[in-house]
Amino acid sequence: MTNWTQAKGPGDSPKSNAITDVACPFCGLVCDDLEMVRDETGLKVAKNGCEKAVAGFERKVDGARPQVDGRDVDIETAIRAATDLIRKSSLPLYGGLGTDVDGIRAVMALADKSGGVVDHALSEGQYRNFRVLQTTGWIMTTLTETRNRADVIIVVGSDIQKLHPRFFERIVNVEQSLLTETPAKRTVYFIGKGLDQSGVKGPRIGEVITLPCELERIDEVVSALAAEIKGTPVGADSVAGVPTADIRALSERCKASAYPVFVWAPPSLAFPNADLVVNTVSDLVKDLNVKGRAAGLALGGNEGAISAGAVCSWQSGYPLRVSFSSGKPDYDFTRYAIPKMLAGGEGDLLVWLASFTPDLGPPPASIPTIVLGTPGIKLNGTPAVYIPIGTPGVDHGGRIIRVDNVVSLPLRDLGRSSLPKAADVLAAIELAL
Amino acid sequence: MLIKFTGGTVYDPANGVNGEVRDIYARDGRIVAAPPPGTKIDQEYSLQGRTVMAGAIDPHSHIGGGKVTIGRMLLPEDHQGHEVARTDLTRSGCGHAVPSTMTTGYRYAEMGYTAAFEPAMLPANARQAHLEMGDTPMIDKGAFVMLGNDDFFLRSLAQKKDFSFIKDYIAFTMHAAQALAVKIVNPGGISAFKFNQRQLDLDERHQFYGLTPRDIILTLARGMKELGVPHPIHIHGCNLGVPGSMHSTLATIRAAEGLPLHLTHIQFHSYGTEGDMKFSSGAPQIAELLNQHSNVSIDIGQIMFGQTCTASGDSMRQYGNTKSADPKKWVVMDIECDNGCGVVPMTYRDKSYVNALQWAIGLELFLLVNDPWRIFLTTDHPNGAPFYYYPHLIRLLMDRTFRNEMLEKLHPGAQAATILKSLDREYSLYEIAIMTRAGPARSLGLRDRGHLGAGATADITVYEDLADREAMFKTPLFVFKNGELIVRNGQVVKVVAGATHVARPEYDRAIEKPLREYFERYHTVKLDNFRLSDQEIVDSNCGHTGGECGCVIVQPCGPRTS
Repeated sequence: MTNWTQAKGPGDSPKSNAITDVACPFCGLVCDDLEMVRDETGLKVAKNGCEKAVAGFERKVDGARPQVDGRDVDIETAIRAATDLIRKSSLPLYGGLGTDVDGIRAVMALADKSGGVVDHALSEGQYRNFRVLQTTGWIMTTLTETRNRADVIIVVGSDIQKLHPRFFERIVNVEQSLLTETPAKRTVYFIGKGLDQSGVKGPRIGEVITLPCELERIDEVVSALAAEIKGTPVGADSVAGVPTADIRALSERCKASAYPVFVWAPPSLAFPNADLVVNTVSDLVKDLNVKGRAAGLALGGNEGAISAGAVCSWQSGYPLRVSFSSGKPDYDFTRYAIPKMLAGGEGDLLVWLASFTPDLGPPPASIPTIVLGTPGIKLNGTPAVYIPIGTPGVDHGGRIIRVDNVVSLPLRDLGRSSLPKAADVLAAIELAL
Repeated sequence: MLIKFTGGTVYDPANGVNGEVRDIYARDGRIVAAPPPGTKIDQEYSLQGRTVMAGAIDPHSHIGGGKVTIGRMLLPEDHQGHEVARTDLTRSGCGHAVPSTMTTGYRYAEMGYTAAFEPAMLPANARQAHLEMGDTPMIDKGAFVMLGNDDFFLRSLAQKKDFSFIKDYIAFTMHAAQALAVKIVNPGGISAFKFNQRQLDLDERHQFYGLTPRDIILTLARGMKELGVPHPIHIHGCNLGVPGSMHSTLATIRAAEGLPLHLTHIQFHSYGTEGDMKFSSGAPQIAELLNQHSNVSIDIGQIMFGQTCTASGDSMRQYGNTKSADPKKWVVMDIECDNGCGVVPMTYRDKSYVNALQWAIGLELFLLVNDPWRIFLTTDHPNGAPFYYYPHLIRLLMDRTFRNEMLEKLHPGAQAATILKSLDREYSLYEIAIMTRAGPARSLGLRDRGHLGAGATADITVYEDLADREAMFKTPLFVFKNGELIVRNGQVVKVVAGATHVARPEYDRAIEKPLREYFERYHTVKLDNFRLSDQEIVDSNCGHTGGECGCVIVQPCGPRTS
């Protein structure tokens, strides 16, 4: 057991003008060890920033103006125009939802009052998980638990490096463990071909083993693994191109380990019926727990998706894809998927909220669109109303829930701009409605 | 604004008032002594023949935090058919076993409750717990922070750190997580489950830290006492739901060595192994021992029949309970080297021997424990049943005939295995007022809540005096919060925010240095981001700036000793 009271603080002391312990809202991990400096050119990530953080914090947002039908207006006029559109709408669709806890709270209040539908831009991925949660459940773990206690990490078909550039650095290749002063090297498995393994390096990384199947055939490999774990050996010599012996070896490794953790990121599992892969992995984790311990760790949750799912659940009972048009929450995760509603000609107004990255632009829509977006947001045509809004954790403070659905972090006002909070704009609309 | 509540029959046990006809006055949100004759009364409520009590207080109800929201996500079928439409005043919502936050607030108030306390706030999840409580309107809130399965505590104890160091850590955590009290869940067991131990009885050792639940309980019990925290250590004991758990419970009461303890949802820990079914009531033995130990208080965690969802920090025991999940889906989590959780839907059936006997065991405990000041009325919402079964539970306690009628509908084996029919006791209104108001307020250290004396917050509930006590307690005539009428005839007429109660025992700030280093080395959150500011809670409750409306209420602690 490490005696932490004698432990030295890590790293060197921060620069005098540095802003330390900054939480980053640009992916679901919400790393909170960033160091920022501000000079005449703006905000710079001085330490611990990945490419997503640098792009997000250092982006320039000056000069954006609210617009109505493409013409610059003051914010009051834009809010009035948005209010009129929402008042006239019989079924407004509140989509995107890239915001923090207070932003999603304000969306919920407005959707409730205006009888709208709420759905996050990344719900399709999240529902690969929610469907499994709602049918069988699972055994899950969190980032700190994995960081300290996992001895084997099994990455299931997900490009973690792309979605969460610091995952391997912060959670897998860490020098310290609470359990021992001399933590053993970790084995990392990748199930699936062509996944970026460049982050899997460093002193804590032992073997890196790949079971190279095509991503859309992952279900076959995890099913074979599940069968091996259950003690019903696979007859064939190979499964989806992976030798059965390798799958069996992984099964044996999982059974012999103290705390194997299966990691997946639902947005990566972009193939039909991917929830069945999540289901199989969740079931095999349950089976491993009959005798030993094991857990799943689902990643993803960028663009405030976790906060949106959680707040919508505690306020309405359901994790997104809820309609308030009857005055009561009505839940149907197929029917109230906004992309599907747009394609089917349902809804008469799209209200799109995206405060983190400019890539999260509204989808093409044949109905009028109100965009509350970070400056530079990718647009499809000219929205009826555009209101530039601040990014929580950069332009104003806030709170955001992390990918493990347990920890939430305070987001700092770093004073990049005076752009308004989405929550304030939405509250003004709700009040005026 | 001076309000007069005229001529009601008042039950105010904290002030020794037992069913006396009295006038009560409130000025600017607080109860005041009778003003001099001739003083202008701004508003008067004539309450002749009505029953008047302080607003009720639920000292143990899972209303906020990640595991409750996991329960909400897990069970869409629980909500369907239980949707609540928005009104001009209130937001929409839904839910039977795990209602949405706003609906939870409205339903509590509509039942005459003006406060409810979340008993299992994980430090790692404290921010979210407060966010959810912030979205729970109408009632006052507060939370008990979970310690005793977290690595820092266990490690400090195993390394035999100075006791003042451990107390500093407890107090720091209460401050950082904005807690009113401290809870221990399956002492050491949540952690032991991470090391693949499947049970941990009072004197079994955690294989990594070498500690026993007894060590952990005594440390926290002593810590609470010496820090001057009003509420004693709130204990969810070993072996929840296990046949034979009564023996751990009896041993825990004896282990306290006179230190104050609160044993929560004791019904789930009062099972013997007698009879053909190897499942029997331990209530008589436990009640007898409790009656001899004035240092121990309890709440029951009564079960009621029907669908509910159990949500607990006790990952070890909840994993064990997954075999009874109904519907067959559940979530178990290991959390942040801090805690865990287990969310398992449950359907209690009156024709099941075990469920029927659980129901009877809860009632036996209510009726066999003599001192109503040491027993609080809970269903451990939603674990035993949703909180809105309280009026039904009150009728079971106050009406022996009704209770026996219910008993006769149950599994015959369970009827034979309980002494319930032989228990003639019927609770009085005064005793109900103790169990649901004065007792919880005193135990939690809420000095200006739970009573109707001068200086108390004017949280007042007025009932029609109906012979059917369930109907009486289900639909209060009036509920006042801070002197404002918020519910009339069981319907919300005004939406208010409700305050958050915290306690802040003294501690030496020097603890933050090793803690900061510990967080740096092992955690994925920085110490200063872990800490919740007052402003975060104030913001989420009402949008007022700090201090403007007293949204965070710091209840006083006694002096710290050593």
